[in-house]
Amino acid sequence: MGQDIGQTPTQLSHLHALESESIEILREVAASFDRPVMMYSIGKDSSVLLHLARKAFFPSRIPFPLLHVNTTWKFREMIAFRDRMAQEYEFDLITHTNPDGLRDNINPFDHGSSRYTDIMKTAALRQALDAGKYDAAIGGARRDEEKSRAKERIFSHRNAQHAWDPKNQRPELWRLFNTRLNPGESMRVFPLSNWTELDIWTYIYSEGIPIVPLYFARHRPVVERQGTLIMVDDERMPLAPGEAPREEMVRFRTLGCYPLTGAIRSDAATLAEIIMEMQASRTSERQGRLIDSDQAGSMEKKKQEGYF
Amino acid sequence: MLKATQETALDVSADTDIALWLEQQTGKSLLRFLTCGSVDDGKSTLIGRLLYDSQLILDDQLASLKNESRNRHVGEEGIDFSLLVDGLTAEREQGITIDVAYRFFSTDKRKFIVADTPGHEQYTRNMATGASNADLALLLVDARKGLLTQTRRHSFILSLIGVKHIVLVVNKIDLVDYSQEVFERIEAEYRAFAAELGFKSLAAVPVSALRGDNIVQRSERMPWYGGEPLLPYLETVEVGEDRAQRPLRFPVQWVNRPNLDFRGFSGTVASGVVKVGDEVLVAASRKPAVVTRIVTMDGDFERAVAGQAVTLVLDREIDISRGDVLTHSGATPEYSNQFQARLIWMNDEPAYPGRSYLLKIGSQTVPATITGLKHRTNVNTLEKSAARTLELNEVGTVTVATDKPVAFDPYKDNGLTGGFILIDRISNRTLGAGTIDYGLRRAQNLTYQSFDVNREVRAQMKAQTPRIVWFTGLSGSGKSTIANFIEKRLTAEGKHAYILDGDNVRHGLNKDLGFTDTDRIENIRRVAEVARLMADSGLIVLVSFISPFRNERRMAREIAGDIDFLEVYVDTPLEVCEARDPKGLYAKARAGQIKNFTGIDSAFEAPERADIVLHGAEHDPVDLADELYVRLIG
Repeated sequence: MGQDIGQTPTQLSHLHALESESIEILREVAASFDRPVMMYSIGKDSSVLLHLARKAFFPSRIPFPLLHVNTTWKFREMIAFRDRMAQEYEFDLITHTNPDGLRDNINPFDHGSSRYTDIMKTAALRQALDAGKYDAAIGGARRDEEKSRAKERIFSHRNAQHAWDPKNQRPELWRLFNTRLNPGESMRVFPLSNWTELDIWTYIYSEGIPIVPLYFARHRPVVERQGTLIMVDDERMPLAPGEAPREEMVRFRTLGCYPLTGAIRSDAATLAEIIMEMQASRTSERQGRLIDSDQAGSMEKKKQEGYF
Repeated sequence: MLKATQETALDVSADTDIALWLEQQTGKSLLRFLTCGSVDDGKSTLIGRLLYDSQLILDDQLASLKNESRNRHVGEEGIDFSLLVDGLTAEREQGITIDVAYRFFSTDKRKFIVADTPGHEQYTRNMATGASNADLALLLVDARKGLLTQTRRHSFILSLIGVKHIVLVVNKIDLVDYSQEVFERIEAEYRAFAAELGFKSLAAVPVSALRGDNIVQRSERMPWYGGEPLLPYLETVEVGEDRAQRPLRFPVQWVNRPNLDFRGFSGTVASGVVKVGDEVLVAASRKPAVVTRIVTMDGDFERAVAGQAVTLVLDREIDISRGDVLTHSGATPEYSNQFQARLIWMNDEPAYPGRSYLLKIGSQTVPATITGLKHRTNVNTLEKSAARTLELNEVGTVTVATDKPVAFDPYKDNGLTGGFILIDRISNRTLGAGTIDYGLRRAQNLTYQSFDVNREVRAQMKAQTPRIVWFTGLSGSGKSTIANFIEKRLTAEGKHAYILDGDNVRHGLNKDLGFTDTDRIENIRRVAEVARLMADSGLIVLVSFISPFRNERRMAREIAGDIDFLEVYVDTPLEVCEARDPKGLYAKARAGQIKNFTGIDSAFEAPERADIVLHGAEHDPVDLADELYVRLIG
């Protein structure tokens, strides 16, 4: 991407401009905070974020650790991919699972998606951030994903309880980010704020960024629940009497916990096919995530409580 | 997987269609614009309409929209478009937009990033925020209401922030029967108002966002309108300003030092072009060096232009750290500790001349003070008037002094090196945004004279350690009583001390000051300076001032510099002080005869980390003085 543009002075293209903006944000974090951390969710946005972080600090290694909050219900392919990336790119990988949730065997089937997410993701994240005393947590959220995200700052302030106050955000002018914190407070930082889903895919395409194979269509064992295709990734998935997984050609537009992530029927087995399919598609990407449709304004509520 | 992806990419490059399409995608230009105007002018509806008409509303969004649009004001499609952009629950409930929301859409020709900014007066700061990164503004006007105070205010802010291209969108034209006369009257009135605001282009379009008139297609209901519909105009309007043509500014963001063999300076080229072999100068130290490499993960570059994030390697070891600006000789930025600027205040508590704030410009952050408020601009009439403070959403022309010099350009020459923010030193909130007019060079000609007899010599003569003991506490808390005991005891022991008392100083040095917040701040600043001079002459200075604000006590400590500074909080409850009322002031304040009395109708911000806390209600002042004396003399 970041090409040497030769002798003619020129305006940067849209993707070049986004890349530079994100790199500038990542460097600002490294220069301004004592203990930054980067959230690593293993999805395509995380893959782009990881790529940008490598670029931002090259030839240095990424000067902060990557944190993966493991709910224990992630797709197996995600975990394998994560470990391979950590080895290949030599970043510090920290993983955390909520020990209380683990002890009580909190899972999406018996406890409902809302309670499960609250304990295994939101509370787990707070635990991990507190334990690491991180003062800045970098996330891959984009403003085009969801309405409440469209209003969040790039440097988004959190109080000592990790809560977001949407009515009291710091004005963010030019590229002048106010990175100052009082003791106990922290910052969430979103370098991909101005990227769209299409930008992410075209960037992955032009940079050859590795992503988890689950994004590509393949025959996978699925069951259909409330109109959503759920992949049976391991034997923990309870099946109703008479319910049997069937092989379908599916892929995922977004990755998370397999019992909560809907697959779509698709034949798109290459990046180019994914991008073509996306251009023709008429549904927004978070639709495949069950947690957002639990209640109106649910993402905003989760964010106020500390969810990413 | 890495391998698989690369193979995939190879397969696809054989497919010319997608390769061409992707090339077009990556090569598109970008237009960042904002929408602004008064409340209820229909901004959110307009953006929703743009998204809908450019077919960017997805099936699931459309279904949920139709569902939510019941019982609301809808157009022919049965959809309330504002629901698409009004993201926060509170807004949906109140039917208003309260913050900046960013939207993204693209056509075959361009990508757009839209900042939807609020019309409510108290959120003007958010509009300035949206404007700071925009190339163009859509300024909405309700055809029935014409130009309002907010229209003028927002236009002024657009001009202040330097948005050069304006589209006046006369909305709800359907509600005035598509009247040509109404549209032309509003357009003429606006052109007259905007004449002195320095916009480069101004277009006016009559639309109905609700009904879709003149958004994508020319409306048949307004045959009299000869211009382009809104979206086609946005796709082609030329806003480009080639930052690469300006002088080089490379603010160093991060020093890149992976090992002893590599030392690079990472940053984004703010303007200009830098090439391998160029001699660059550090703006502050004027030290030169030659660029030997421009490093990126994609390989070394021969040159980097404005907007590119790179790492520069230089041919020699010179002192460079975050905050430094690299530049070419002959086209260096200003470097000064004083400048004049225009300031938009964004905080509930007003801006006080004299208070110390943090100023961030580029990658430099320094303490700074507003040294003068030249005037305030009435944003409705653009008239200037005198002012002592700057309130929320007001715009003023100020002089600013920074604790150490910073590199900058006038904002009109370079938006990225001429804009700054002010940050509160205690809450860390962003308080205001400024654009620099020009540097003031006075301070550079003022240097410190050094003398042979210094503080150390004078202190030795007196056989004591000079220091400042700063008493803070409510009126009647016992500050002066304790200070008096201490001074007597110090004098008896042969030490040299002096009390600066609030009341006494106000009879002389500070008799021109009243009790407003602004005057209280100046009161403390002067006394802190006097205390520093006295301590520098070798004295032990006892300052007995209510000094109610944390910010100014911090300032006093900073003015003291390397002089030993002890903050003593005489913590006596208000009831006790009021019962004592040695000067009868509380009674007068309660009776309304004194305004702005600390503890009654003016705040006392108790110290959070005083060096010493004395509990004035629990102990005898003599005992407290003894306790303090031990701490002082040890």
